[in-house]
Amino acid sequence: MGILDFLKRKPEATAGVAKERLRIIVAQERSTRGAPDYLPLLRNELLEVIRKYVNVDVDAVNISLDRDSGHEVLELSVALPEHKPG
Amino acid sequence: MAEIIVVTSGKGGVGKTTSSASLAVGLAQAGKKVAVIDFDVGLRNLDLIMGCERRVVYDFINVVQGEASLKQALIKDKRYDSLYVLAASQTRDKDALTQEGVEKVLDGLGTEGFEYVVCDSPAGIEKGAHLAMYFADHAVVVVNPEVSSVRDSDRILGLLASKTRRAERGEGPITQHLLLTRYNPTRVEAGEMLSVKDVEEILGIKVVGVIPESENVLAASNAGVPVILDENSFAGQAYTDVVSRLLGQERPLRFIEVQKKGFLKRVFGG
Repeated sequence: MGILDFLKRKPEATAGVAKERLRIIVAQERSTRGAPDYLPLLRNELLEVIRKYVNVDVDAVNISLDRDSGHEVLELSVALPEHKPG
Repeated sequence: MAEIIVVTSGKGGVGKTTSSASLAVGLAQAGKKVAVIDFDVGLRNLDLIMGCERRVVYDFINVVQGEASLKQALIKDKRYDSLYVLAASQTRDKDALTQEGVEKVLDGLGTEGFEYVVCDSPAGIEKGAHLAMYFADHAVVVVNPEVSSVRDSDRILGLLASKTRRAERGEGPITQHLLLTRYNPTRVEAGEMLSVKDVEEILGIKVVGVIPESENVLAASNAGVPVILDENSFAGQAYTDVVSRLLGQERPLRFIEVQKKGFLKRVFGG
C-alpha cells in the first residue's frame, strides 16, 4: 500500500456477503425454474376461492411443483388461520 | 453447417459486444471463416466496435426480408479476409426479426462455407436475445464479478438449457462457457470483489476465460479495433487464450493474480 492510499478510505470487504446472498437466491430460483408460467396465476385464483370461505393471508397458499422419477407432483398447502374460540 | 456460438449475458453492459468482436477476430486469426452478427435490432453497436460503421449498407433485417442478398449485406473485415460482419438494423421494429428469418440467414452462411457464426445477443431475455440463442451450438455467457450480473447469468444458463432448438429437439445440450470479464485481481485480493472461484461455485460451471478489467478495452472501442488485436494488453491476450480454449486447446488462466508493483507504485500507490 502506498503513502497516498492511507488518505483514501478503503471499501469494505463485501465479497463474502455477495457470495452468500447469491448462493441463496440462485438456489431458490433454480428450484422454481422450468415450472409452468401458470403457477402464480393458479395460486392467485385459488387464494380468491379459499378467501370466499376462510379469511386467509396472501402468503397462506403455497404451490410447488416437484419432479420425481418421471412424475410431476403439484403440491398445494394452505395455512388456515388459528381458530379463535368464540 | 457452421458452428453457431451465441455470446449472451442477460444483463447489459457486461461486455457482450466487446467479447463477440474479439472472439470473432480470434477465430479468423486461427484461419477460420467467421461471420459475426449483431442481433440487437434498433441498437446497432457491433459495427462500431469492429470499426466498420461507415461501410454498413444493408443489414440483417434487409436480408431477412429479402431486400438484400447475404453477400450484399456481409461486410468484409479490412484486417482479415475470412471475417465478415452482419450489422443490426437501426430503425425497424423488433418484430422484423423472425425465427424463420434467422434460420434462413444461418443456413445461408453455412452454404457460403462459413465455419463459425458468432451471434452477439442483445441484453435482456426478450425476443432478440431468444433468437440469438435459439439456433446456437455453443454459448459464451459473459458475466461480471458482481451480484446482478451473476444472478442474470444463472437465468440465462437456465434458458440455454431449455429454450434452444437443440434442447427442444433433444439433440444434446448446447455447450455452455462462462466468460468472466472486468475482473480486478487487486479488488478480489482485498475481498471487495467476487473471485473466479466464487463465481464458479455459485453457478456450478467452470470459466472458459477471465478478462481483466483494462483501460485498453475502452481505447480499443474508441478506435474501432477489437481489443484482441492489442497484443500488448492483458485483455487482448486473455481473449486470445479464450479462443484457443474454444478451439479445444489447453491454456492456463492468466492475469487473475495481483501484479507485483514496482518501487514507485509501492511508494505512491496506483
